[in-house]
Amino acid sequence: MKLVPTQETIFALSSGQPPAAIAIVRVSGIAAVESLQELAGRVPEPRIATLMTLGRDPVLDRVLVLFFPGPNSVTGEDLVELHLHGGRAVVAAVEAALAALPGLRRAEPGEFTRRAFANGRLDLAEAEGLGDLLTAETEGQRRNAMALAEGTLSRAVRRWRAALIDAAAAIEARIDFADEDDVPEDDGGAGAVIAPLLDEIEAMLRVPPAERLRDGIRVAIGGPPNAGKSTLFNGLVGREAAIATPIPGTTRDLIEFPVQISGMAFIFIDTAGLRETEDFIERIGVDRAQQALDSADIVIWLGEVGTAPGGALHVHPRCDLPGREGLPVGADLAVSATGGTGMEALVSLLVSRGTSLLPREGEIALVQRQREALADCADSLKLAEGAPDILLVAESLRGARAALDRLTGQGGVEPLLDAIFSRFCIGK
Amino acid sequence: MSRSFDVIIVGGGHAGSEAAAAAARMGAKVALLTIRRDQIGAMSCNPAIGGLGKGHLVREIDAFDGLMARAADAAAIHYRMLNGSKGAAVQGPRVQADRRRYRAAIQAGLTGQENLEIVEGEAFSFRIDGGNVAGVVLGDGRALACDAVVIATGTFLNGKLHFGMDAKAGGRVDEAPSIGMAAQLRALDLPMGRLKTGTPPRLDGRTIDWARVEIQPSDGEEWTFSSQSHGRSCPQVACGITRTNLETHQVIRDNLYRSPLFAGAIEGAGPRYCPSIEDKVVRFGDREGHQIFLEPEGLDDHIVYPNGISTSLPLDVQQQIVASIAGLERAQIVQQGYAVEYDHIDPRALGPSLGLRDFPGVFCAGQINGTTGYEEAAAQGLVAGLNAAAFALGSAPVLFDRAESYIGVMVDDLTLHGVTEPYRMLTARAEYRLRLRADNAQSRLTAKAMAIGVVGVEREAAFVSRETERCEARKLLDAKQGKRSLFESLCFPDFALPELFEHQPLLRNISSDVLDELVNDGRYAPYVERQQREVLRMRSDEVVLIPDDLDYRLIGGLSNEMIERLEAARPTSLGAAGRVRGVTPAALAAILVRCRRMAA
Repeated sequence: MKLVPTQETIFALSSGQPPAAIAIVRVSGIAAVESLQELAGRVPEPRIATLMTLGRDPVLDRVLVLFFPGPNSVTGEDLVELHLHGGRAVVAAVEAALAALPGLRRAEPGEFTRRAFANGRLDLAEAEGLGDLLTAETEGQRRNAMALAEGTLSRAVRRWRAALIDAAAAIEARIDFADEDDVPEDDGGAGAVIAPLLDEIEAMLRVPPAERLRDGIRVAIGGPPNAGKSTLFNGLVGREAAIATPIPGTTRDLIEFPVQISGMAFIFIDTAGLRETEDFIERIGVDRAQQALDSADIVIWLGEVGTAPGGALHVHPRCDLPGREGLPVGADLAVSATGGTGMEALVSLLVSRGTSLLPREGEIALVQRQREALADCADSLKLAEGAPDILLVAESLRGARAALDRLTGQGGVEPLLDAIFSRFCIGK
Repeated sequence: MSRSFDVIIVGGGHAGSEAAAAAARMGAKVALLTIRRDQIGAMSCNPAIGGLGKGHLVREIDAFDGLMARAADAAAIHYRMLNGSKGAAVQGPRVQADRRRYRAAIQAGLTGQENLEIVEGEAFSFRIDGGNVAGVVLGDGRALACDAVVIATGTFLNGKLHFGMDAKAGGRVDEAPSIGMAAQLRALDLPMGRLKTGTPPRLDGRTIDWARVEIQPSDGEEWTFSSQSHGRSCPQVACGITRTNLETHQVIRDNLYRSPLFAGAIEGAGPRYCPSIEDKVVRFGDREGHQIFLEPEGLDDHIVYPNGISTSLPLDVQQQIVASIAGLERAQIVQQGYAVEYDHIDPRALGPSLGLRDFPGVFCAGQINGTTGYEEAAAQGLVAGLNAAAFALGSAPVLFDRAESYIGVMVDDLTLHGVTEPYRMLTARAEYRLRLRADNAQSRLTAKAMAIGVVGVEREAAFVSRETERCEARKLLDAKQGKRSLFESLCFPDFALPELFEHQPLLRNISSDVLDELVNDGRYAPYVERQQREVLRMRSDEVVLIPDDLDYRLIGGLSNEMIERLEAARPTSLGAAGRVRGVTPAALAAILVRCRRMAA
């Protein structure tokens, strides 16, 4: 994790790429106020949107300015938001003017969030959620990110932790004050706490992982060479992303293309045709194709009936060509990517399969790190349920508590931070 | 011309004795300064050593070749393994010790120690030279020069005894308090607090009707506290158990207004786990009785210590209380119970070596740090003594780690969290307790103790031969027997010694304490392995050091409460900062970021 002295003030375009109706540039740090003074001649009332002119000679733009004094800003530092007209030239000019001011520089990816985190404005679970929120492209992603950012997970963890502490306290008393006649000899009723807690945690673990929601459902198209995979791929992504020719072995590497369908993120993957080959490069492509098919959430299989991998969607392609009409026995669907026959049916099939792979409304999807910690917690609770003596019950409860602490970021701080902050994109 | 030492220990209680012996074993020239030589090693509270968590500390002191375990064995007249039916990791060895024999054993240990001189006198003040301690001035004007001091003055700092509503200055009955040094410590502007503790009335055992109380005999098994002790040296006696009853409670309720605790005369906080009998009656009004252990104070001593009725009520009420209890109807009170209030230093002013951060060369151990208990005191004495000697001799500090010893847990807790009531060791405080057992203290610590040179030749030889035996036994256990090794099979609770002997008859040649330790290692192995990951994570945060001059106020986002706690404890590493109460992960990240900036 790279760090910068706190004296440095950072800025970045915080909205999407121009051109757009408006573009928001954020400036955060101790020189934020000074820089506004320099560019606009004054600083508006805190938290009041104020129309101001940036630059004198030349005038750069008439903009809406918001000023959030630290520490009550999103970064915990003085923060200025400039709502510019969203043309490329305007944005470039304002950025250049900011860069020319002393003590200001462009922000690095994730730096705004990192500062917010460093200044105690977010905890780790919230920071992860915020990162997802900022990269959220679909409605489902946004909902999940909102739930995390608002601390739903943190709240659940706090509740679980309180229950665990209660149960542990009862047991610890039996261990440390065994010779006191006020302390009973039973197990302290830990079982009654553990079972429902375990149910809740396991339910949360059954929710499909957040990566699928965030990065998209991976749909790999596979089959023998020259089966029409690239043509179908182009038909699905709606453009000539893959080179499709009648020559077998045209596609050698994986081609991935993200697409949104019905508010759901998909990544379509075109793969090399599976065959034995002497061609060294093609062989690498075939290996990669096999890996992509193995790790995909959904496989569209274009080969002969009976050769499809388990669970694959067996599609009969080029159904408008003479001799290929009709649906062979064992295939799920006949399509023609060029003619359009069956394509709509294929898409709705993908959406319905996709839906079952994503968290449902109201469920919180977890990222890998969170799942691991929760799974650890669940494992410990299971050990507690079966532990032969109360000392080991106590130890398991402690392990469960420690796992929850990790979920909100305790222990082994450094690698955790590096992993989280490497995911952030500029100006967020 | 004043006499000169490397280290002066002020106080001859459990902390002071252990500190003096430890510093001398390190090779420092040591003076143990005490008001009364004959009171060195006195047990001023109950006549017992060890217990849950406490027994672990005693075994750890023993692993460093300290005094306490051997003295306890020399004086033990009743052995009992607490939690005997629960897992080995939380079994607590405990003995009733004959007061006189215990004192004599400690005094013999000190007089037999090279480099150690006992000086009688009252420490009146420190001599300070350029901010460092340079010596101690005695009450009679004598001065002793030194490079390091260990303050182990117990409850003598500004001590106040409460006998009912009568209060007088004092540390123990018939002994004067040390007011001068308290004033000087106050003047140093160290953070101080006030705590309270109490004792029950002592009874004449000849006037107790033993037929009317339950009898608890000494353990039949032949375990000892010290690995260097051989069997039981004293005849064993039984303890008695009786209970308070509703009549007792009525007497107490009727006289609450005469208790300084409830009349508001006592300001210090008392321990919740060792409340006075008036506290128990008020807080747990629904109970019909509270247990009392009748602990004999010695073989040639008639005094019995009724553990469980510590009180500050006046003598006539104490008499009524005693007379209401089964078996004690005609018992005579030999010495009345009383409460003690005393000053302590906020231990967050200390570093992990138990040295005062702002007063180099001064170390503190025992009740002055806000702890209670002989064992806690002695363990701190060991740490302070080792480190005072290291300081005076210019060698590296001797630090203890939470994952390695109860001593490490205690020092870490004290210096990071401070105290709100007298600190007592509990197994629950040790998150790694499955590996910190009383039965493996020497395996954990003696090699470390040998490396710093504080282990005598006898123990060293015994340890080396035991380690050899342990390695051999472990090899036998690790050999595969089909799918898994015998060691791995030990995680099944039904797999025990008979099964081991059946599969590997050579194990019969291994001494039982070594084999028991290995069996327990195997029992907990899967759990310890899980913990190992945690320990590694903790250690990775331990190596991120926090600069001494870090200004927490400059870190945005820390709450005032966090800043206050961090400034009081001044953790030396990121890991330690994470253990300061209320410090959140986000705050920790902010601290980390700040440290990196300072390093850049």
